[in-house]
Amino acid sequence: MTINEVQDSIIEEFSLFDDWMDKYNLLIDMGKSLPVIDLKYKVKDYLIEGCQSKVWLHPGYDGHVIIFTADSDAIITRGIVALLIKVLSGRTPEEIITTELYFIDRIGLRQNLSPTRSNGLLAMVRQMKLYAMAYKAQDTGHRAQGIF
Amino acid sequence: MKDISEIRTDFPLLQRKVYNKPLIYFDNGATTQKPQCVLDAVRDVYTNYNGNVHRGVHAMSDMTSEAYENAREKVRAFINAGKREEIVFTSGTTGSINCIAFSFGERYIKPGDEIILSHLEHHANIVPWQMMCERKGATLKIIPVNDKGEILFDEYLKLLSPKTRIVAVTQVSNALGTILPVKKIAEAAHAENIPVLVDGAQGIPHGIVDVTSFDCDFYVFSGHKIYGPTGIGVLYGKEKWLSELPPYQGGGDMVDKVTFKKTTYNELPFKFEAGTMNYAGAIGLGRALDYVSDLGREEIATREKMLLDYATGRLSAIKGLRIYGNSPDKISIISFLLKDIHQYDTGMILDKLGIAARTGTHCAQPVMDRFGIEGTVRVSMCFYNTTGEIDALGTGIEKVISMFAK
Repeated sequence: MTINEVQDSIIEEFSLFDDWMDKYNLLIDMGKSLPVIDLKYKVKDYLIEGCQSKVWLHPGYDGHVIIFTADSDAIITRGIVALLIKVLSGRTPEEIITTELYFIDRIGLRQNLSPTRSNGLLAMVRQMKLYAMAYKAQDTGHRAQGIF
Repeated sequence: MKDISEIRTDFPLLQRKVYNKPLIYFDNGATTQKPQCVLDAVRDVYTNYNGNVHRGVHAMSDMTSEAYENAREKVRAFINAGKREEIVFTSGTTGSINCIAFSFGERYIKPGDEIILSHLEHHANIVPWQMMCERKGATLKIIPVNDKGEILFDEYLKLLSPKTRIVAVTQVSNALGTILPVKKIAEAAHAENIPVLVDGAQGIPHGIVDVTSFDCDFYVFSGHKIYGPTGIGVLYGKEKWLSELPPYQGGGDMVDKVTFKKTTYNELPFKFEAGTMNYAGAIGLGRALDYVSDLGREEIATREKMLLDYATGRLSAIKGLRIYGNSPDKISIISFLLKDIHQYDTGMILDKLGIAARTGTHCAQPVMDRFGIEGTVRVSMCFYNTTGEIDALGTGIEKVISMFAK
């Protein structure tokens, strides 16, 4: 599936529910499927600043795609980061940098996932894109030095 | 006291819905809603007599200046200060504390000096002193608290020393609701000739504040926490201190004579009011204080005590709910956590039920550290809240537990 196909499937899944409580329950369930970060990365270096709850995010890069793992001490936040990982993990740095994340606006939780809330959503997206940019820059550097 | 339904109609915002549910506003510790009379007073300034204060000979300036000075007199009477010269308008509690920490530091603090704070302080009563200590080479001494969230008075007495230059304590803990014995604190400090600043941000809206009886040297508060506008606050200081302290900010209106060689400063309180003040805010604050006085401050305190007792009973009955801050001397604040449920999750769901509560550290990280927690859910009530709203909160919390129970 392309990134946008994943976004569309999330939108469809959330559209099955009208009630906000059901949407939250879905978000909570998604949190349970989160690829959990290795304990050794659950340290300050991988903590994302700017959230009311703690979020740890780790990027694993194989030279082609970035695999994200994460965790949070709050259940709703775990659901939010699980959604982002579903969309952005396993993608190339270029894809991660250029993707427009439209699903957030369209799953009916906008009021709670809006950037002005201190849920750290914005900080999480920014951090994922920053990792992607760093890997892209690293690749470009390597290519310039003829390593690849 | 007026009937509660009548009181609530005074506040336009309390009539609104959020997520199609009636708004239940339990974040009064962060800011309070405004009665119509305050909104009208501010609107009246700009609609009918706006002119810059203390500057013009023209009628608009004169009317605004008069209303502004009337507001100062209302503040003076409300906190029972001796003189209007002792009432300085500022931008808020934070602005007032920064002013004193700076000016007091410049005038009196030397390397090795000590400042006493309590462990219950809001960041606004920590950081300005810390900044001053860094500039002047002084250190902070902290009054510890017990498990109920009360300061240990004997430990405070031990901290008072010949090196102590000022004691700065809150009247009420914003995170836990504990009321501090500020009068006793001032008495002990004064026995050693040490001045005391009281942060009244959370104290002013609840019950009687009497700076003459407290005998504190400085008392500071924000307008928006007592049903007034944002961006206006008060710094009360005993005249002897305000006369001695150097001004905090320079600018228009705070001066007597200006030449490029030397400037002499205006008399009190204008020495501390540089630039165009938030006079519309001050006038709105004056109206808010009238509103509170008309309702009756003792009546407000009685009603809020009833709400606190009711909420404490209702919430304590919920299994797995722990209340932080259990002093018998408390204002109507309940800070709590649910077993194994993050405060953020609780707050998010309560919000969706139309209940506005605050989650996090409440700008009082040292308090959270003291209890080994990373935050709480804080319900801060005031007179316009109802027992019906508390029942809805109880039901809401039970819903949260059923959603997140593992």
